Amino acid sequence: MNKKSYDNVTHFYGQIWIWTAIVLLLCVPISICIYYNAWPGMAPVLEGLLGVAPIFWTVGTIEVITYTPMLGTAGSYLGFVTGNLTNLKVPSALNAMENAKVKSQTEEGEVISTIAIATSSIVTTIIIAAGVLLLAQLAPILNSPTLKPAFENILPALFGGLAVVYVSKNWKISLTPLIFMVVLFLLVPSLAGSVGILVPVGSIISIIAARILYKKKLL
Amino acid sequence: MKFDPNGSFLYLVAVIIILFVIAQSLFFLIRAYKRAGVIGMDMKQVRKTIISTTIFTIAPAVSILLGVVTLSKFLGLPLPWIRLSVIGAITYELPAASTTANALGVSLSETISDPKAYSAIAWVMTLGIMPSIVLVPILLKRIQKGIFSIKNKDAKWGDLFITAMFLGMISAFLGMVFSDVRSGLVGWIPIFVLLFSALLMGVCGILVKVCKIKWLQNYALPISMLGAMAFAVVITPLIG
Repeated sequence: MNKKSYDNVTHFYGQIWIWTAIVLLLCVPISICIYYNAWPGMAPVLEGLLGVAPIFWTVGTIEVITYTPMLGTAGSYLGFVTGNLTNLKVPSALNAMENAKVKSQTEEGEVISTIAIATSSIVTTIIIAAGVLLLAQLAPILNSPTLKPAFENILPALFGGLAVVYVSKNWKISLTPLIFMVVLFLLVPSLAGSVGILVPVGSIISIIAARILYKKKLL
Repeated sequence: MKFDPNGSFLYLVAVIIILFVIAQSLFFLIRAYKRAGVIGMDMKQVRKTIISTTIFTIAPAVSILLGVVTLSKFLGLPLPWIRLSVIGAITYELPAASTTANALGVSLSETISDPKAYSAIAWVMTLGIMPSIVLVPILLKRIQKGIFSIKNKDAKWGDLFITAMFLGMISAFLGMVFSDVRSGLVGWIPIFVLLFSALLMGVCGILVKVCKIKWLQNYALPISMLGAMAFAVVITPLIG
């Protein structure tokens, strides 16, 4: 099977899996309504949706446009079903491709990214399932005040290491978006809750900076 | 049927969803692994990818489990288990649950007992994040076509374009770490953690490149992340 037909078949299977996932996900609230004969009516659902949909529909759309080129074909079909993209699946895929010295949008990159995202999804699902089964035993550890700072700081702990790998290799491109984001968050700290929306802003600034440097033959 | 947010029916639904997620992951894992062999990739590196990703995933997965525990106090275990195993993240599920609960006048401080409120929350959690899954099968091919045409016109610029996208994402999260600095020294903790993680990654880089400890390369990110999390445990009581 050549690269193109492999990719086409991946799309075919991906579409089947993701549409099945969508149907299954919709079946969760439907089955709850049927089993408990508890139909909530439109009003409370719409009221709840009004509180979250404007921001999360925007973030969701942005994530699809921003992350699919990084995750590859199978990685996107899988990663967007299993979720936790920013804090887990995207860093997993990037780190795996970096270590294997392959690039995204190549067949090798596609394979490594898929393997990383699938492995990460399986491990996460098993850990959560084990945690649910052993909750009584694990609760004191999970709720321990000593460990709390570790989990509160998981994003800086993750992105500090990741930044060294990417920023050091591409410091000329990184400088402009990095300075912009640091200044922005210093000036408007409340934006920390909307970081998902700022990802494409950072990407656009970064792409413009890269284009200017490239045109001036500085890259 | 008497409603119980920890009832066996809900656990059954959760198990079906979890099995589906594992089946989909295994399907793509096996397919990609076989493809790696067909195109002559270094299978040792492929296996290393699996091991290093497993180690890297443990800490964030435990953090996701903490989200399940947080939500379970209000929603019982099965629904948070489903939501955080599929699509969801605590940053979305918690506001979705609390907004709907507030709209219905239900308290978040005790376990939910009203099945209608529970099903409303399940609907909002499901519908409120739908675009991120529905748009993938609709847009993915078009996005890839766009990237392909950029690469086709100028291969070097195509690579730089993708790299710039990565860097934009990393910049946003690095910038976010600075959002608390105005709250005093406590607000600097995330920055110290970030710098410590960067330092550990730098040390790993030196050990790989200068001391030729090649195996470390695959484990550098989990080491820097776990090391920095341990650092956060040590410095937080000292500063806070």
